[in-house]
Amino acid sequence: MTALWGAVVLSGVYHGANPGMGWPLAVSAGLMEGRNRAMLNAIGALAVGHLLAMLAILLPFSVMSAMARWQTEIRIGAGALVIAVGIYLLLNRRHPRFLSRIHPTKLALWSFLAAMAHGAGLMLVPIYLGICGLDVADTGHDAARALMGQNIASAFLVALAHTLAMTVAGGVIAVAIYAYFGLKFLSHTWFNLDVVWALSLVLVGALGVYFALRGH
Amino acid sequence: MTLRPDPTFHATAQLAMQAPVENYGFTVMLSPDGAQPDGIAVVDLDPESADYGRIVHTLLMPYKGDEFHHFGWNACSASLSPLSGHAFLERRYLIVPGIRSSRIYVIDVKEPLEAKIHKIIEPEEVFAKTGYSRPHTIHCGPEGIYVSTLGGGGADGTDGPPGIFIMDCETFEIIGQYEMDRGPQDKHYDFWWNLPQDYMVSSEWGLPPQFENGIVPEDLLSNKYGHSIHFWDLRKRKNIQTIDLGENHQMALEIRPAHDPKKSYGFCGVVVDTTNLQGAIFTWWRDADGTWQAEKTITIDPRPEQPENLPPLLQGFEAVPPLVTDIDLSLDDKYLYVACWGMGEMHQYDVSDPMNPELTGKVELGGIARGAKHPGGGDFAFGPQMVEISRDGKRVYWTNSLYSSWDEQFYPGQDGGQMVMARVGENGGLELDPDFYVDFPKGYRAHQIRLEGGDCSTDSFCYPNV
Repeated sequence: MTALWGAVVLSGVYHGANPGMGWPLAVSAGLMEGRNRAMLNAIGALAVGHLLAMLAILLPFSVMSAMARWQTEIRIGAGALVIAVGIYLLLNRRHPRFLSRIHPTKLALWSFLAAMAHGAGLMLVPIYLGICGLDVADTGHDAARALMGQNIASAFLVALAHTLAMTVAGGVIAVAIYAYFGLKFLSHTWFNLDVVWALSLVLVGALGVYFALRGH
Repeated sequence: MTLRPDPTFHATAQLAMQAPVENYGFTVMLSPDGAQPDGIAVVDLDPESADYGRIVHTLLMPYKGDEFHHFGWNACSASLSPLSGHAFLERRYLIVPGIRSSRIYVIDVKEPLEAKIHKIIEPEEVFAKTGYSRPHTIHCGPEGIYVSTLGGGGADGTDGPPGIFIMDCETFEIIGQYEMDRGPQDKHYDFWWNLPQDYMVSSEWGLPPQFENGIVPEDLLSNKYGHSIHFWDLRKRKNIQTIDLGENHQMALEIRPAHDPKKSYGFCGVVVDTTNLQGAIFTWWRDADGTWQAEKTITIDPRPEQPENLPPLLQGFEAVPPLVTDIDLSLDDKYLYVACWGMGEMHQYDVSDPMNPELTGKVELGGIARGAKHPGGGDFAFGPQMVEISRDGKRVYWTNSLYSSWDEQFYPGQDGGQMVMARVGENGGLELDPDFYVDFPKGYRAHQIRLEGGDCSTDSFCYPNV
């Protein structure tokens, strides 16, 4: 259980540190307006978008996971889906061009779409289903409705914890570059994570399938 | 795709100024009569090199008659955009359009001395996918590579207005037209933008029949060339405002926005004022309420001259017009360089206060009825034309040809291609380097220059100076 929540937080740190999830936008917003406040607002908007993207992916799974009988199948299917998206991103290394049509001030929308396009929410699904699965085991066979309520609650918890970790990680980098290191470090800290990111999806999906087959 | 951002991408204009200086320049070689293929000359700009100031490599195209003019990079500092970051592209390919043939070459210059053609886009593909013709200015931006065109469809390029189209920045596939709502825009020349503020500005030269076979004096005197600049919502692809600079301000050409994206102003050069033959620079800016304004902030007077010394085109005016054909702004937004191609002068203005430019330097070279020689002793055909500034702002390079058919009208009987360099003083001022004088191979003229690692008219910066 601790390991799974650890994974939720770690994936948040990972997403937050990835420039593709928006911390350079926060730096840019702060500098363009010349106020710390603008950067904090930007970080907040990015967090809102990311949170919504996580919920948009997790909530449908929380509804499905209420079908306790099919739990293993759902977890294997979800794992396979995550692997498939990872492989797709490995093969198709083109950047989603529609992201560049978004106005630079619509940061929450940008953050939502960027997370969706990169499958950021999917990375959480196997972890989340793992957490739901544990709950099922702990409580025995509850009524489906109660279980669903519980799963929806944990979807919110997982999304919140993940987004909080993501915001702190991205925020720390943005503030450090804005206030201390300067923009020279922007290109120094910007690594090409495309392949690593896609492989992470494959790995998380594979782990999801593995634990589902082993019954946790 | 690389693991780290290309070292020639810079977050701010300031960082670009501090970066290592240029070792090579790439200059267009133009065969004015189409007798030879056009090409790209690689010029050695490293003062430590034995070949300093010489053409060390030339790459000629497989076709003739393309008429090379402007060109640009596949990727620049705009790739560090926080919104559409393509930070792992390489600044490696030059996109070189032929404005007469509408053919586009993608040239790999990763090894400048082994520059080679990577891809050729045939004119038919440009016509079919864009409805435009005569591709011209290149900028790398949020959705890929943006290419402005001078002509619409049809044989003479007047079937529909010209505009901008977008190319994929990795495959160089043509994607299609940029504009969704062009408003009153019906001619095209240059364009540039401010990426974080999300605006674009475009300008107007004339339609192909007005320039391809030479300048049409009747059209000029009846003010039929372009005289408006257009402001666009960059990402909505919509013309939001058009400013008419006044119909006497014929040919509003180069658009130079401030490089620091925090600033909401820039400049536009006007070739000639038909009421008094002056050349002019307009400063454009955005008001607090969001509307765009433009005001004439520099005028350059014509020089009186005996008719017998003038080309037939100008004899009736008894004067040499300055003909402001190119302008360029240093990366610190401090100096604006203004090429007076008719008069044979390069001016340097301090534009720290963009509404009150001050003339701080001037060089005479070539010129109608003057033909000032280079201090190194060489001839300089025509006048100073396409100008490019080193990133650090200390060296200013320029060439001499305007456009094949126009060269003959303003400088009958002259020929040749030269590229020269002037040094900028500590506190302004401009002085030609007597030792830097590149004479192009016989039969070739020189046009736009691009500097290795970026220069002052390619890169768009996504973060403000600090």
